[in-house]
Amino acid sequence: MKDEHPPRRRFHDELDALQEHLLEMAGLVEKVIREAVAAVLTRDASVADKIVDSDDRIDELEVDIDEKVLELLALQQPMATDLRKIVTANKIANDLERMGDHAVNMANAAKRLSQTPPLPEIRELVEMAEIVQGMVADSLDAYVTRSAAKARMVCITDDRVDELRRSMYRILVTHMLEDPKRLSGALELLLVSQNLERIGDLATNVSEDLVFLVEGRTIKHRAETVPHRSTLRP
Amino acid sequence: MTTYDIDLGGRGPALEARDLSVFYGEKQAVQDVALMVPANQVVALIGPSGCGKSTLLRCFNRMNDLVKGARVQGTVDFHGQDLYGSGVDPVEVRRRIGMVFQKPNPFPKSIYDNVAFGPRVNGFEGDLDGVVEDALRRAALWDEVSDRLDDSAYALSGGQQQRLCIARTLAVRPEIVLMDEPASALDPIATQRIEELIYELKRDYTIVIVTHNMQQAARISDFTAFLYMGNLVEYGPTETIFTNPREDRTEAYVTGRFG
Repeated sequence: MKDEHPPRRRFHDELDALQEHLLEMAGLVEKVIREAVAAVLTRDASVADKIVDSDDRIDELEVDIDEKVLELLALQQPMATDLRKIVTANKIANDLERMGDHAVNMANAAKRLSQTPPLPEIRELVEMAEIVQGMVADSLDAYVTRSAAKARMVCITDDRVDELRRSMYRILVTHMLEDPKRLSGALELLLVSQNLERIGDLATNVSEDLVFLVEGRTIKHRAETVPHRSTLRP
Repeated sequence: MTTYDIDLGGRGPALEARDLSVFYGEKQAVQDVALMVPANQVVALIGPSGCGKSTLLRCFNRMNDLVKGARVQGTVDFHGQDLYGSGVDPVEVRRRIGMVFQKPNPFPKSIYDNVAFGPRVNGFEGDLDGVVEDALRRAALWDEVSDRLDDSAYALSGGQQQRLCIARTLAVRPEIVLMDEPASALDPIATQRIEELIYELKRDYTIVIVTHNMQQAARISDFTAFLYMGNLVEYGPTETIFTNPREDRTEAYVTGRFG
């Protein structure tokens, strides 16, 4: 079934280019998340502006991808895997853009945090940040290698992130009650934990989209654990 | 032979081919095809040139009988009877299973006489005007020709001629309409009208269509069969064939990775 001169080579070259754009965007998003997390943990106010610049580039790439997706859908009438590749690229680009925004939020929180009295180290925050960054890396890895198994692992990991966020909430409220001087710092960290949790959710979305790309079926909204309407026979 | 487990949504089969093979002399053009055509649905046959899709279509109303050297093996079940069984009259088969061809082929007669031709040949003695009007309405042509039924069919545009040929087919009250690339000789607007018409027609008829245009198959059909080198590679709901086919060869074909 190999064809020396496949009839749609130009279209498939454009599809490859779309994926290249997405991977550039993914690389930038991973970088800003890493920098924002480091800024929070070291109470560093200096990186916020740099992250905002990177986020502008991320936004630009998202717009480019949206336009390319629309063009390919309108002009090429893609089918089967090609269709799923394009739709998935569109969704993943949106997810990545949101991740970038959450990184900006965290960098701004770090800036404000640097003005507040330091809190004792919270191990849960460090663990949460590590897990979430791992989820982002793994979901993108799964995308590049088309590994549905790896993607499914990311979805499972998200439960641990949700658990850690609940712990963070309890810990931070305790700090606030114990010492009102810790109030603003604790509030900033609460925001950070919410942003990390959202990044974890978005990495989960990316993973679910990858499974759709590879297998052509939806695993969203716990479709694999709870019987879903569409999977029930009439 | 591959059979496909298809959810017909409670519909009975209008046609069912089993172990169907066609030979042109020594050459086998269709190999052991099993295909069920659900009633009141549109089934599209797709595949590269020479894959056997037109040959398969012609089996469904015994048009291959008219091709010199063609030999058909296997069965095509229609209302519990094999179309190729002994004692089956191929002329009656072609009345109940009509066919529309690639190029509009009206007779050199008036619009009216084209549509009335089939009923007349079949000895119809009722309200012929009513039959002609009904067929032209079903073919979405009535409004354009009702005031000039005596004009020559050749005065019509290509798209109108093709709808006239569809009306001519419908006038003998078939149950199934076979279409062999019915829009490939038409411009885009005329093509869209034919596609709309096919959608309308499936309320009353079962339609099997051969098309070279994959997007057309995707737009108009409920089920799609992909043929390659005389084999039925995959048959399933159109949505599945074009979004998530099971077979690698189908995937490669619908995404344009070979052809």
